Amino acid sequence: MFEQTMFYLFAIVSVIAALFVVAGKNPISCAIALIVTLGALAGVFVLQEAHFVATIQVLVYAGAIMVLFVFVIMLLNLGPEDLEKTPRFSRLKGAGGIFAAAGAALLAWNFVSYAARAARVGPGFGGLAQISQKLFTEYIIPFEAISAVLMAAVVGAVVIAKREL
Amino acid sequence: MEKYLWAIPLLPLLGAGINGFGALTGALSRRAVNIIACTVVGIAFVLACLVNWELAQQAGHGGAPQLVSTWFEWIAAGSFSVDAALLVDPLAGVMLLVVTGVGFLIHVYSTGYMAHDPAYARYFAFINLFTFAMLLLVMGENLVLMFVGWEGVGLCSYLLIGFWFTDTEKAYAGKKAFVVNRVGDFGFLLGLFVLYWGLKEQGIDATLSIVGLREIVGANAISGAVITTVCLLLFVGATGKSAQIPLYVWLPDAMAGPTPVSALIHAATMVTAGVYMISRLSFLYLQSPLAMTVVACVGAATALYAATIGLTQFDIKKVLAYSTVSQLGYMFLAVGLGAFSAGIFHLVTHAFFKACLFLGSGAVIHAMGGEQDIRRMGGLRAKIPYTYWTFLLATIAIAGVFGTSGFMSKDEILAAALAANPDYTLVPGWLLYSIGTLGALLTTFYMFRLVFLTFFGDFRGGKDLEHHVHESPWSMVVPLIVLAALSIVGGLMNVPEILHGDERLHHWLSGAAPSVARVDVVGHGAEIGLMVALQVLILGTIALAYRMYLKSPAIPQRAAKVLGGVPYRLSYHKYYVDEIYDTLIVRPLHSISRVFLWGNVDVKIVDGSINGMARVVRYASDLLGRLQTGQLNGYAFSIVVGMVAILAYVAVK
Amino acid sequence: MVSTSHLLILSAVLFALGMAGVVIRRNVIIVMMCIELMLNAVNVSFVAFARQLGSIDGHIIVFFVMAVAAAEAGVGLALVIAMFRHKSTVNLDHVNLMKG
Repeated sequence: MFEQTMFYLFAIVSVIAALFVVAGKNPISCAIALIVTLGALAGVFVLQEAHFVATIQVLVYAGAIMVLFVFVIMLLNLGPEDLEKTPRFSRLKGAGGIFAAAGAALLAWNFVSYAARAARVGPGFGGLAQISQKLFTEYIIPFEAISAVLMAAVVGAVVIAKREL
Repeated sequence: MEKYLWAIPLLPLLGAGINGFGALTGALSRRAVNIIACTVVGIAFVLACLVNWELAQQAGHGGAPQLVSTWFEWIAAGSFSVDAALLVDPLAGVMLLVVTGVGFLIHVYSTGYMAHDPAYARYFAFINLFTFAMLLLVMGENLVLMFVGWEGVGLCSYLLIGFWFTDTEKAYAGKKAFVVNRVGDFGFLLGLFVLYWGLKEQGIDATLSIVGLREIVGANAISGAVITTVCLLLFVGATGKSAQIPLYVWLPDAMAGPTPVSALIHAATMVTAGVYMISRLSFLYLQSPLAMTVVACVGAATALYAATIGLTQFDIKKVLAYSTVSQLGYMFLAVGLGAFSAGIFHLVTHAFFKACLFLGSGAVIHAMGGEQDIRRMGGLRAKIPYTYWTFLLATIAIAGVFGTSGFMSKDEILAAALAANPDYTLVPGWLLYSIGTLGALLTTFYMFRLVFLTFFGDFRGGKDLEHHVHESPWSMVVPLIVLAALSIVGGLMNVPEILHGDERLHHWLSGAAPSVARVDVVGHGAEIGLMVALQVLILGTIALAYRMYLKSPAIPQRAAKVLGGVPYRLSYHKYYVDEIYDTLIVRPLHSISRVFLWGNVDVKIVDGSINGMARVVRYASDLLGRLQTGQLNGYAFSIVVGMVAILAYVAVK
Repeated sequence: MVSTSHLLILSAVLFALGMAGVVIRRNVIIVMMCIELMLNAVNVSFVAFARQLGSIDGHIIVFFVMAVAAAEAGVGLALVIAMFRHKSTVNLDHVNLMKG
């Protein structure tokens, strides 16, 4: 019962915060709302026995990535004044909203029928040991590839953002 | 022997290839061109003699002599198959001798006549190519191969009429010949189509092979209507190629080409292709009395009609051209009467004397430095004696004076007309006989007018020209002598029965083209009487021409005046046929082409559709280009649309 | 215990919200945040399925998605800076060099 209560709490928080991300006026507010969403989702992950994922969700996403966003927003010094000049939404607002809603409805409608109960999982599921076990044996090559991707991204970001291109 | 049949047409083709190479690169000397051009035709002549000897051997053993040589299967489409094959029977054998023999003499003559022409190699390439095409026409075993030769000689005729193409008028004459021939060739082609269709329609294994057709027709397997249609359509082709009414208009203009060309193509060989074709398909024509009658009537009409025009022309070659049209008319009269051997006989003798006349006129033109108007000639008898004597002998032959080849062949035709077989000729024979006789007298008159004006009297071309006049080189004189001799004695090959001859040619051709006209209706006495009367009339006509053009040259002008000028002017202006064709056909076609076809069909429909398509593409790309806004949201939106569509599909399914 | 379909509905709703944001927002930084939102929505599905199937592989995929998201965010934000430096704007309407 507790688990369900917590899930609905986190889910509602994350959806409301996501709505704010999409509709918010000030980028900083949006970024904060996104952090809230990510945090709430980290709670959902914990409820799903995904402890490791929840941890790096907080560390990498809510921590590192969102700091980067906020940093860039501050760097560009985008206040609400700058944004007042142009409308928040593009011309496609109406159509986009309807289509997104339709997409969500369709997705959800497909999933409602998928009512299988969650399987019982053993102790240590989603823990560091289990994930490391897999990551460094079965998934070692994608893991190394990801490191290369990250390295390339770092170099690329530096080059692109350099003042003299 | 069959194996070497192919060498006969292919040798001239080889010569054409080598000379053509020489013409393009200039790598061959005149001497080399001479040797190649004459040698290939000479060898072809020798082979033709061998072929005929072989045929004679076969005939000696009994049975119908014929040689067939199949090289390869040329066209194979379903049940329809055409072989590249040659068929030589006595008819083709005779024709082979004419084409290669007279052709050889004219090649030799050309080496002298064209000696100063810069495009020497090109000339011989063309004329060798012509020989090849003509031999293909003669020897082709099926109508398709014959048609290839038929078109080939038309092409070479066009190339050689317009040989001096820098002169617009000559180039135009070549074009005219080509276009008029196209009209006829279209008839020929339609004839082939109808024949093929007619055979298919009646469930017969369609073939265009001559031997095969002969069997089918022999079994009475084709309906009469189809045969009549086919024969008439093929005859349309013959009127084009052989310059008969109504398609004769190109031949007088074709005299724009070099004179040896006129002799070879437009007198001796190509223009006789129609006569040859009808004789070769005699088995087909004999099934259709209507077509036979049409052929005979057109031939007789042309014979008389062209002769009346020849009376008043002043261009030496034009006179000969109309004479050729007229003589071809006699040949068609003969084959139309079913007297195929008489037609072919006249074809052969005509090849002799008309080639001689043309080559003689060429020698005159050569001597006169290019002058062709007989009003500026006169008295050339003493200056160019060889030319004069050969020309005179050939004239006597064409006039049909007793004993010459022209007498033998023309008499044969007239006798056939008199003795026309009513089963095959639907008009009375005496009518055709009268027309033929009148034409013969007119022929005598205008030919002697030509001789008297050219070689007798005083020179009328002025002092400068008079010094220029000279006899031609031996390369030109020798062929003249040979042809003149043949003009006189060539008739001996077919001395008529009435003169106690053995009619060798007639019997020789009886297998390939059996004659049907021989129904004795007049009796020997009357026939001899008519023959004698005709001889007297011919001699009288010669005397008349002598009196009019030598004794008192004022008579022709007075005669022209007395006749009110109308018939004279009609004849002089060739009955205004060119003008009539121009008004009735050329101009309407031209204006239809310009106003309707170009103005509407081409500009609006053809160009319009292409421009319209371009415009549609441009508008479409304008519209599609608008989709590419550069707005990332827009692109994302289209992805979403696609995704939702897929999801909707999955969900509904 | 929460059934998988509830988690999937949450995932769908979040994904649709992110998608709507990508389509309708003009500020490029917010568009990028919406992309992060969509990636997280997908992560929720992976985690839910990992739980249901008792397989840890779903978590590993989530790990990779996060790594790629990090790389994407780094490069993307560098691009935003470069773009801002050239155009003095983060409004996507003013960036239409790819217009046909």
